[in-house]
Amino acid sequence: MPKVTVDGTELEIAAGSTVLQACEVAGVEIPRFCYHERLSIAGNCRMCLVEVEKSPKPVASCAMPINEGMVIKTDTPMVHKARKGVMEMLLINHPLDCPICDQGGECDLQDQALGYGFDKSRYSENKRAVKDKNFGPLIETHMTRCIHCTRCVRFSTEVAGVPDIGAIGRGEHMEITTYLDAAVGSEMSGNVIDLCPVGALVSKPYAFTARPWELKKTESIDVMDAVGSNIRIDARGPEVMRVLPRLNEDVNEEWISDKTRFAYDGLKRQRLDRPYLRENGKLREATWDEVFLAVSAKLKATAGDKIAAIAGDLADAESMYALKELFVSLGSKNLDCRQDGAKLDATSRASYIFNSGIAGIEQADVVLLIGTNPRLEAPIVNARLRKRYLMGGFKIASIGPALDLSFPLESLGAGPQTLSDLAAGKHGFAEALKAAKNPMIIVGQGALARADGSAVLAAARKLAEASGVVKDGWNGFNVLHTAASRVGGLDLGFVPSLNKDGQGGRDVAGILEGAQSGAVEVVYLLGADEIDNTKLGKAFVIYQGHHGDAGAHRADVILPGAAYTEKDGTYVNTEGRVQRAKRAAFPLGEAREDWKIVRALSQVIGKTLPFDSIQQLRAKMAAAHPTFATLDALLPATWGSFGQEGSMDGAAFRTPISNFYMTDPISRASVTMAKCAEVQSSRSKDTGTHG
Amino acid sequence: MSVYPEHRPAGQGEPFVFTAEMKAKADAHIAKYPAGRQQSAVMPLLDLAQRQNGGWLSKEALAHVADILGMPVMRVYEVASFYTMYNLQPVGKNLVQVCTTTPCWLRGSGDVVAACEKHLGIAVGETTADGKFTLREVECLGACVNAPVVQVADDYYEDVAVSHVPGLLDALGRGETPKAGSLIGRQTSAPEGGALTLKDIPAKQGA
Amino acid sequence: MLSDKDRIFTNLYGQQDFRLAAARARGDWDGTKEILARGRDAIIEEMKKSGLRGRGGAGFPTGLKWSFMPKQSDGRPSYLVVNADEGEPGTCKDRDMMRHDPHKLIEGCLIAGFAINAVAGYIYIRGEFYREAENLQIAIDEAYAAGLLGKNACGSGYDYDLFVHRGAGAYICGEETALIESLEGKKGQPRLKPPFPAGAGLYGCPTTVNNVESIAVAPTILRRGASWFAGLGRPNNVGTKVFCISGHVNKPCNVEEEMGIPLKELIEKHAGGVRGGWDNLLAVVPGGSSVPILPKSICDTVLMDFDSLKEVKSGLGTAAVIVMDKSTDVVKAIARFSKFYMHESCGQCTPCREGTGWLWRVMERMVKGNATSGEIDMLEEVSREIEGHTICALGDAAAWPVQGLIRHFRPVMEARIAAYRSGLQRSAAE
Repeated sequence: MPKVTVDGTELEIAAGSTVLQACEVAGVEIPRFCYHERLSIAGNCRMCLVEVEKSPKPVASCAMPINEGMVIKTDTPMVHKARKGVMEMLLINHPLDCPICDQGGECDLQDQALGYGFDKSRYSENKRAVKDKNFGPLIETHMTRCIHCTRCVRFSTEVAGVPDIGAIGRGEHMEITTYLDAAVGSEMSGNVIDLCPVGALVSKPYAFTARPWELKKTESIDVMDAVGSNIRIDARGPEVMRVLPRLNEDVNEEWISDKTRFAYDGLKRQRLDRPYLRENGKLREATWDEVFLAVSAKLKATAGDKIAAIAGDLADAESMYALKELFVSLGSKNLDCRQDGAKLDATSRASYIFNSGIAGIEQADVVLLIGTNPRLEAPIVNARLRKRYLMGGFKIASIGPALDLSFPLESLGAGPQTLSDLAAGKHGFAEALKAAKNPMIIVGQGALARADGSAVLAAARKLAEASGVVKDGWNGFNVLHTAASRVGGLDLGFVPSLNKDGQGGRDVAGILEGAQSGAVEVVYLLGADEIDNTKLGKAFVIYQGHHGDAGAHRADVILPGAAYTEKDGTYVNTEGRVQRAKRAAFPLGEAREDWKIVRALSQVIGKTLPFDSIQQLRAKMAAAHPTFATLDALLPATWGSFGQEGSMDGAAFRTPISNFYMTDPISRASVTMAKCAEVQSSRSKDTGTHG
Repeated sequence: MSVYPEHRPAGQGEPFVFTAEMKAKADAHIAKYPAGRQQSAVMPLLDLAQRQNGGWLSKEALAHVADILGMPVMRVYEVASFYTMYNLQPVGKNLVQVCTTTPCWLRGSGDVVAACEKHLGIAVGETTADGKFTLREVECLGACVNAPVVQVADDYYEDVAVSHVPGLLDALGRGETPKAGSLIGRQTSAPEGGALTLKDIPAKQGA
Repeated sequence: MLSDKDRIFTNLYGQQDFRLAAARARGDWDGTKEILARGRDAIIEEMKKSGLRGRGGAGFPTGLKWSFMPKQSDGRPSYLVVNADEGEPGTCKDRDMMRHDPHKLIEGCLIAGFAINAVAGYIYIRGEFYREAENLQIAIDEAYAAGLLGKNACGSGYDYDLFVHRGAGAYICGEETALIESLEGKKGQPRLKPPFPAGAGLYGCPTTVNNVESIAVAPTILRRGASWFAGLGRPNNVGTKVFCISGHVNKPCNVEEEMGIPLKELIEKHAGGVRGGWDNLLAVVPGGSSVPILPKSICDTVLMDFDSLKEVKSGLGTAAVIVMDKSTDVVKAIARFSKFYMHESCGQCTPCREGTGWLWRVMERMVKGNATSGEIDMLEEVSREIEGHTICALGDAAAWPVQGLIRHFRPVMEARIAAYRSGLQRSAAE
């Protein structure tokens, strides 16, 4: 490794590093605006200038590769003069509107001006004013503040793969804009707000609502999809003011999707903040005692095989565990966490997780998508696929609907027939998969949530086995989920349990069938809003959840629960990574944390669950289900036979998500998401090319 | 402050498509560049589109060029807005561009601009009501020893004096194309009155 | 004075036809096959020996530049790119070469392309030079038809294609990496260096970018020998050069002269002298708008070459001599340059994007005198904040004219300020 000297300290650093990276290794902070680790190097802000011996001019450290023996100085008069000069240039046309700028208090320009700015301006000419642009419902623009670092342009072009942002004109008339003021057509456009080093691109929903120093910051986990993006929830009192990404290289790097970032206003609308009882066909406000007695009476009076529970997509593991224990004690085997009816097999963990891990995508060289649109189902996973594509030497193909993933891919066919052809080696891509060093198969819920889902799963397994997708040191068999609760539910065995004679409990379809036929008399919905309520027949429906969405409308009793921001909860993401969300605000009104509701109910029923605190619950949960004992890590899952081989029908795979912006009770209640959906639908009408 | 042409492309209200002749020219340009590098042809194609479209590039024209080259339209827009020869708004039939950079200014380009303004009755940056003329100041046209220089369409008018302006503009207004080059009869860049060198060009030079 | 027999551009003024037959009669394409037969190394060696320094402004030795290109391809093709984006105010020499002597350039492209092992050449000509591009294309078509370009060019066994690419109005594309970006179909924004074009240029492939004049003189140098070329001019500043003399002279013109000719001689012999006589001279910008202005006292004796002009803190640049007589408002003349650089800044780097506009605005006030004496120092400081702090040299080019003005004409600026102030006082008193 080459040796360089930074401010007198000699150090070794990997060949190909830049001067800026060498300085960081040496612990010397280099100011920068345009440079960003995850974007291409622009070298345009000129703030990172340093002195390099034998170079007559200061050098832009972000762009300069190191050489053996390079002597770098960051604390010399030349460097200070250069940076002060650049700072002065940045400020001459930057408005002095910090007091009304949302970036205030967390602004790179403000921070660095403290270090390098003059105390007063020598610029006595008129400042430039730039017309604000429309970037859509999420991003508010104040273009006069723009310092032309082009991070937003590079993000949209490189990371998002949606070249909707550009820099037009030139010289001091250069302006950042979208084409003809259209909204940015990316599911992760909000990241430009974080990237913008000044207050030019700020959050539209957050605009003028809070100052960073008055917010309580809680590190948590997102539930808008199954990625488990690491987030920070900023709240003021009971109100979530904004959601920001946290760095996790293995999961979301430092990006989050627009739904993750902006659906939070849905937390303020259509909330269930007190218990309700249905009387004479109408829901009326009730007390906890009333509803617990009603539920208890009903459950006690009903035989175990006539009661059922369905866990929804946002359920935390603790509440699912508690509810499962309660139902087992009541003698019910009718449990399911697969609202969409996906034929996932809870007995083999390798069959339902994203085995390679999201970061494993970077090792893959050939990828086959089966029945999935990662751009809509998990934009962060799609961004990782795109990152892999940009690294080169990558081949990706899809079986399923036509896709626009922001990078080129081959469409092999629409449905199971193509999968059979591949398995039979009748398709050229089969060879590519076999020949790959690290082949990968990503199976989506669109391929599994169908009657022949188990056969599709088996076919995918066989293809994986035949193509070297699973081998020593590499498991590229990946299932992409869309629900934050799903892997946790499967890990907990929140699925119909089997008798010794092989007779099983009812799955979602079976529960609904039973409800219609009268065989199931009580259905407990733990935040389940995406089932077909019209099929609940005459069943007595208990809805535990936080939004007055579909489930609550059908409910006979409503137990008001907590949204993901209002409780400590464990979520297992699509990779099988166990992560803990933290409470950022208290549940609304009478609402309570969900595991506590189940625990309290159990006492009323007389089947008191054996834990009094979340710590006790978690200990029992981990003892019963050991995967929960290890947080924030991927445990390799044992490969086995799964799925039931059988005939597959000819129907094409369908993507489970048609409207990215509205997929769960929170995002459906979000005005921001509704606006995005509207823009999206008008865009599709304009071009007819999206998706 | 010089008047900056509007960045934002106007719409022309109907789709833009290259004529067969223009498409053939476009294909010839694309063929100049290696396979997969067709983006290199964006400038010549924008030029062709502008010529076909009466001197300006509409958003429809940008979209057509983007489509042909497989480029995001934003990238085409960036290019079209960066270079001064592309007009994103309609311009007059005759785009009169007077160079006013120092070498031309030293030789009276300011007076030439004033004469143009006076004769056309418009200010720099404006278009005459009849749509015949747009007047613009431009930066160095690279014909400094023949200053002042005025460019109209593809031609340079050189050694322009105030006295030339009415005749030149009137002829253009009548749809004529006055003879380009020096208006005082110089032989290109040779000194006025005739070349002092190269009077006796050897047939073949040197060894 | 250089004799006609030592002039390379024998059809500079277009006295004769530009086409192939006339060009051949003037000696172009004479023995090109034999030149190529000497081999790459010999050609590059001869070019190095000739001492030719690039004619685009920076004066980098041409032969040395060619020698940076990979001898063996690593699988990537190499390209020659000719910089014909002539836009430096004051400069109009390449224009004459392309419209009147295009075959010199085309032959040079073949030889240079061969020497650097290029698969093709692109001539990037500024968009406004439409007629020049027409002539150039006609000449290229003729050369193809005559077997001088294309497959087995000149019977040399070497395949070489040459294309014309028109720009569309951006001075910055004269910067070689901006030119490459533009040629790739992007905005003309200069690239970070390293990598340099010889390592990764056009389409990421090894590329040499040369000025029109540098390439166009190569065939003659190789025909007549390096020693002939090196024998003209002064050591390290050899050969001939096309000078453009504009501004306040009696007869502005282009002329090919020997490097190192005294400025005064150049103006008096070829351009009919300064308007009103030499003593009416105020100042000269000797090398295009980017180089600092020189007052008459220096012009009296300075020689027109790289080193002589560097000694007086100016530069040869493109050898575009802009003459100003005593009637000139020199502050306004330089302010107009400032406006030019503001207009032509690509907008990429902070100091240039913001600073060029600042310079111009302060300069506009200086023209009126609506400033303070302290602001002259500030102007100088601002120019230093731009200079050396940008990706490309446009920032430097914007700074130098202002610095030159302050260096030599500060009293004029001070007097202007004083006059403006006393005018204010007078009107206040009235």
